[in-house]
Amino acid sequence: MTAPLPSPIRVSRVRAGVELKEFFRQREAVVFTLFFPVMLLVVFGAVLNYDIGHGVSFTQYFMAGIIAAGILGAGLQNMAIGIATERSDGTLKGLAGTPMPKSAYFLGKVAQVLAVTLLIEVLLLLIGGLLYGVSLPSGPEWLTFAWVTLLGSAACTLLGIALSSVARNGRSASATVTPVALVLEFISGVFFRFDQLPHWMQGIASVFPLKWMAQGLRSVFLPDALAAQEPAHSWELGRVALVLGIWCVVGLLLCARTFRWRDRADG
Amino acid sequence: MPGDPLDPAAAISVRGLAKRYGPSAAVDGLDLDIRRGEIFALLGPNGAGKTTTVEICEGYRSRDGGEVRVLGEDPSVGSRRWRARLGIVLQSGAGDSQLTCRELLRAQGEYYPDPRDPDEVLELVGLTEKAGARGRSLSGGQRRRLDVALGIVGGPELLFLDEPTTGFDPEARRHFWSLIRSLRDLGTTMLLTTHYLDEAEALADRVAVIARGRLMEVAVPAALGGRGTAPAVVRWTEDGARRSAETPTPTAFVRELAGRFPGEIPDLAVSRPTLEDVYLQMIGERS
Repeated sequence: MTAPLPSPIRVSRVRAGVELKEFFRQREAVVFTLFFPVMLLVVFGAVLNYDIGHGVSFTQYFMAGIIAAGILGAGLQNMAIGIATERSDGTLKGLAGTPMPKSAYFLGKVAQVLAVTLLIEVLLLLIGGLLYGVSLPSGPEWLTFAWVTLLGSAACTLLGIALSSVARNGRSASATVTPVALVLEFISGVFFRFDQLPHWMQGIASVFPLKWMAQGLRSVFLPDALAAQEPAHSWELGRVALVLGIWCVVGLLLCARTFRWRDRADG
Repeated sequence: MPGDPLDPAAAISVRGLAKRYGPSAAVDGLDLDIRRGEIFALLGPNGAGKTTTVEICEGYRSRDGGEVRVLGEDPSVGSRRWRARLGIVLQSGAGDSQLTCRELLRAQGEYYPDPRDPDEVLELVGLTEKAGARGRSLSGGQRRRLDVALGIVGGPELLFLDEPTTGFDPEARRHFWSLIRSLRDLGTTMLLTTHYLDEAEALADRVAVIARGRLMEVAVPAALGGRGTAPAVVRWTEDGARRSAETPTPTAFVRELAGRFPGEIPDLAVSRPTLEDVYLQMIGERS
């Protein structure tokens, strides 16, 4: 028994492998998280290609929104449902009984979210670019694209982990989180132009991260002339970073307070 | 044992353990010593405090009072290195997985300093043909064997088995018992909780009965509740009526009885209390 314990980095790598296999081998997860946004882009791109001003089609506008929705799905929905399932079926309790460093579990989840998010973005950009002639980001726009993705994904993942503790099991997590995500998508400027929504709806959406992720990504996909259409007449990138940053902190605090390795029924 | 200091050489040593859930005491002053290398069975009705006691020893639950040492460490502050010396087979099982049995064992082995070879472990639990099958596709009995495989892949010194054979058919249970015996031959200490008294009798070096949060008795299975020295009951048929008598000397009794009959004694049976008899008496549910 003098062999050294495996390092947390090594165990995290193992966990990342486990998480990727668990995700990509589960058909429901792949269809729901990965292909749903792709399908929406294919359908919306074909139907809602009207001009929103300055010769820009709604598909270009929708590109930002559907990528934001993809980040939301891969982070918030995926984590809330996945972890609630693992908690209710005993997977988490089993892991807590091993010498696995707890951090490795979360790093494995982060690896899963990042891989899925990246794949969604690549698929959406490819389809948007090839099928609908969406003009892709260029130069420093990629930098904005990257930080909005990372910060948005971090906020959604942390909130998803926190929400997993509210649900009784995977199915109830799905029943709670899916409609909430859908409503957020409707009021955050994913399916409709945000500036055309009623003010009270805009107000509600402004509390949550999705609106800010979509807005940050619009600054990437739309010409600056269209910033005037935004309710604030600007992309407000500073505020985007601030709100998403606050949600990261709130999510982290919620996770630290609520995360449980055992099912609530287990005492 | 009560009042004695903790036994540092024991695999598990517990003194005065107390745990309350709200106003009711789940464990109320429990003392226990489990020696290294033995199979120790913990018996008791649901709600007697079995699972609470075991989960405190596993480090899953905190305690409200008493002292606990598991492999020399306090489970409430158990380190990773300490965890690496334990194996845990939970009642709830290890959950659904999209990974194959071999992948699951390989990944789990990576958490331990000196894991067993996944294929050897699969062989040991009789799942070699299912090595490439996904965890979630296994039948109930196969899943339970996978749970055991996950519990032992780290090469534990001490293995916790919480109702490991619930839902097994008789043949699967026999297979499982021989697996447990081969683990003991490898030097693994085991704490087994079970509802099956025949399982405790077949496997355990010592059994303990726990009721209402306290330990009633610890003994080898054959001596629990004074079974070994309890009066035997002799039953026979005489003059067309069923007769029975309790006697501390059944051999002499039967010899005397034989003198009263020219040939065989009709319907002769000699029995001592079964483990179930003494168990039910101990937990106060004798019918």
